[in-house]
Amino acid sequence: MAQTKLVDDKGEVKQGRIIADELATKQREISVSEFFLKNRHLLGFDNPKKALLTAVKEAVDNSLDACEEAKIAPELKIIIESSGEDRYKVMIEDNGPGIVKEQVGRVFGKLLYGSKFHRLKCSRGQQGIGISAAAMYGQLTTGKPIKIWTKISPKRPAMYFELFIDTRKNEPNITKHEDAEWNEKEHGVKLEIELEAKYAKGKQSVDDYLKQVAIANPHCHILYINPEKEIMEFPSVTKQAPKEPKEIKPHPYGVELGMLMKMLKDTKASRVSSFLQTEFCRVSPAVSKEICTKAMVDEGIKPMKVEPHEVEALYKAIQGTKIMSPPTDCLVPIGEDALVKGLKKEVAAEFYTAITRPPAVYRGNPFQIEVGLAFGGSLETDELVKVMRFANRVPLLYQQGACASYGATVGTMWRNYGLSQSKGALPAGPALILVHMSSVWVPFTSEAKEAIASYPEIMHEMKLALQEVGRQLGIYIRKNIRAKEQKERASLFENYIPELADSVARLSGEKKTELIASLQKMLKKSMPEILREAAGEQK
Amino acid sequence: MSSPKQELQKLGKKIADDINKGKNPSIDIPVRALSNIVYDQKKCTISMGNAKATRYFFNVAHSKKFMQTAEVAAISKDLVDLGKHASLRDVFYMAKRTIPNTKVNLVDEQSETDKAIEDLELVTECAREQLNINANKMGSVAGRVIVEDHGDKIDWSKLGSGGWSIPSNVEDVKFLKSDAKYIIYMEKAAVWERLHEDKYWEKQHCIIMCSQGQATRGIRRLLQRMQDELKLPVYVLTDFDPWGIYIYSVLKYGSISLAHITEKLSVGGCKFLGITADDIIKYDLKKHFIKFEENDAKRLAQITKYDWFKDNKAWQRQFKMMKEFKAKAEIQAMSARGISFISEKYLPDKIKNQDWIE
Repeated sequence: MAQTKLVDDKGEVKQGRIIADELATKQREISVSEFFLKNRHLLGFDNPKKALLTAVKEAVDNSLDACEEAKIAPELKIIIESSGEDRYKVMIEDNGPGIVKEQVGRVFGKLLYGSKFHRLKCSRGQQGIGISAAAMYGQLTTGKPIKIWTKISPKRPAMYFELFIDTRKNEPNITKHEDAEWNEKEHGVKLEIELEAKYAKGKQSVDDYLKQVAIANPHCHILYINPEKEIMEFPSVTKQAPKEPKEIKPHPYGVELGMLMKMLKDTKASRVSSFLQTEFCRVSPAVSKEICTKAMVDEGIKPMKVEPHEVEALYKAIQGTKIMSPPTDCLVPIGEDALVKGLKKEVAAEFYTAITRPPAVYRGNPFQIEVGLAFGGSLETDELVKVMRFANRVPLLYQQGACASYGATVGTMWRNYGLSQSKGALPAGPALILVHMSSVWVPFTSEAKEAIASYPEIMHEMKLALQEVGRQLGIYIRKNIRAKEQKERASLFENYIPELADSVARLSGEKKTELIASLQKMLKKSMPEILREAAGEQK
Repeated sequence: MSSPKQELQKLGKKIADDINKGKNPSIDIPVRALSNIVYDQKKCTISMGNAKATRYFFNVAHSKKFMQTAEVAAISKDLVDLGKHASLRDVFYMAKRTIPNTKVNLVDEQSETDKAIEDLELVTECAREQLNINANKMGSVAGRVIVEDHGDKIDWSKLGSGGWSIPSNVEDVKFLKSDAKYIIYMEKAAVWERLHEDKYWEKQHCIIMCSQGQATRGIRRLLQRMQDELKLPVYVLTDFDPWGIYIYSVLKYGSISLAHITEKLSVGGCKFLGITADDIIKYDLKKHFIKFEENDAKRLAQITKYDWFKDNKAWQRQFKMMKEFKAKAEIQAMSARGISFISEKYLPDKIKNQDWIE
């Protein structure tokens, strides 16, 4: 086979070595922030409308996580103001624990910094890129820095920062830092980001997003003023804050080969056996021994010294070893009661129900599915059912079609439960379905965290939960329809009476009006019995 | 026996009394089903048993039918009072309306008023003709007979190619003169036309009569009266299939749905001329067989078990043969042997040889 050679415009054949050298001079380190700047759609800033939502969403996620971690009942205030054509100022204030001075730069000015990336815990944010990306987006589109007020104690003054991000170095650049007056709250964080954006109402709007946050977080209080100066208050309806999520170590089944290599390199453990037992959950000495024996790797050697082919053997051995499922007490479901309460306060319906499935595991990650449903009332009768999707209490507004919860809803036979449904479509009718996945690691289909990946275990749990609320809905609809039918029947008799009276009057010569009066009296008296008989016949 | 008008009033009074006493208005209606049919071996007729179903107004399942029955009764009463007659179709339109404030129609189809009329006949023990309700006329007759109907003299032998069309109410028909020796009733109008064109009735000194399919009440009553008053034997000619045999069965023993008025309609002496299984073999008609459908076989099995057939050896033999053939044949299959084979050979031979089944 002839080797293909590159020929430049002078017709000279270039040697491979020279090309590599030339390229090397052009290659330089691309900073994380620079990368994300060029790929901002990955973070949810692909268009002005979405940018506004993403900025609010990231700030809200952070605030709620911080409050819950500090066991504070969250109180959020969100104000969006127009500050020029296609420009908005987003102000978000919480009553969380605040951020210490030293951390401000890193939290808001450095991508991939945060307390969340390196652990497995049910928290809203996962990667720690969100809020700094929002700050960066604002800086890029308006040239304005992010403004931060933080107060960590009523005894100490609040501090005020203005901050730019050096996108090349992925480093914060604090341009202003001073004490500030902020007396409304004992502690908390206030942010102001100015950004190019577009405000709209309806689907995928900030208004809709905050309403959904209020449904899935009935313990938190939100005050929101939108650019049209409408004030919306979402009160808290339960004092019961979610229990604090426990952190867990990864389960061996969930680890990928590359990750295993990295962990072996980074570990402080001195032997492979202790590495397996300390870095993972559910690995006992007996299990680590079994893994090593199967992989034919010496338990006693240093993790650093494990050869690449041995890592692969270990990886395979893990998959072939029976390991106990991960602990599930790390999961924080919303709970059936709280879900119903959340739905009741924001959705005017006739019937509410919710189901929390027992915990399950996909790829070594524990997770739990919850489904809530509201039916009737003010919900639209002739439209497709609205599906609200949540991951660790965070509403997911985009990429519905790619989401496991959408797939599971479409794949459920709603006709069995009294809703109409075309093949391969969402059911239609006056209903709203809420699907929540709580997990230490929610498998999103992209970095923008918009859709949950359709792992079979996840789909299975979702379907079971949907079927369960479906059955309850079915029972309600049947009962409801029967009651309605009976009422209609009762009214039918009222209209039948004059007809019969007319026939009988012609036949017998009696007075029609008297016959009507007697029949009406009889109907009033015996209606319950007639309905009971009718119900008996239906059985 | 009280008049139809009195019977209707009695029914009205009964319902009005229920209403005035605060009782759920009800009507007792004899059950019209095979389970409530009694076969009288002596009289050779079927009649209605004593089983009755009570229909209530204040009952979700009954109320509409109850109203229909009451309304049809009222319509009939109005007709009797006015001295006018209405057809079944007329009654349907007189009852058809939407009940005010509802989307419910008192009746949606004619079959509903037809059933209500049958109920009314049972309740009042009056035939619908007495209730001034007539069926559509259907069927023709020709032969050597002169009758009088509502003052008109009619000679059945001088009515051209169409014959006389039989009215639904034949009570007023008077037989003035006849030299016919027998009557043939046939299921097919086409066969009647064949025999009429061949002047079969003239050559054979008989009467030929037909309707389309099941004999109407007018025809059944006319046949009965001719059998009784003119003392003529009645022969039945149908297709070779369970449905044809049931036509004969209805003529002779009465029908299940009209069992209450069997006495006025049954033609007890009628004889089944053909087509029989033996005719099929004798005239080599097997090649014109039509294969049995599932419902043919089912109907045959039902008929085989009827009280009035189950001990009749001649009939059981026919049923058995039909079951073995798993096929049926039309009267017109005879035309394969020549267009006038039926009038020149088949029927004269059958009558001459007394080749029939009873």
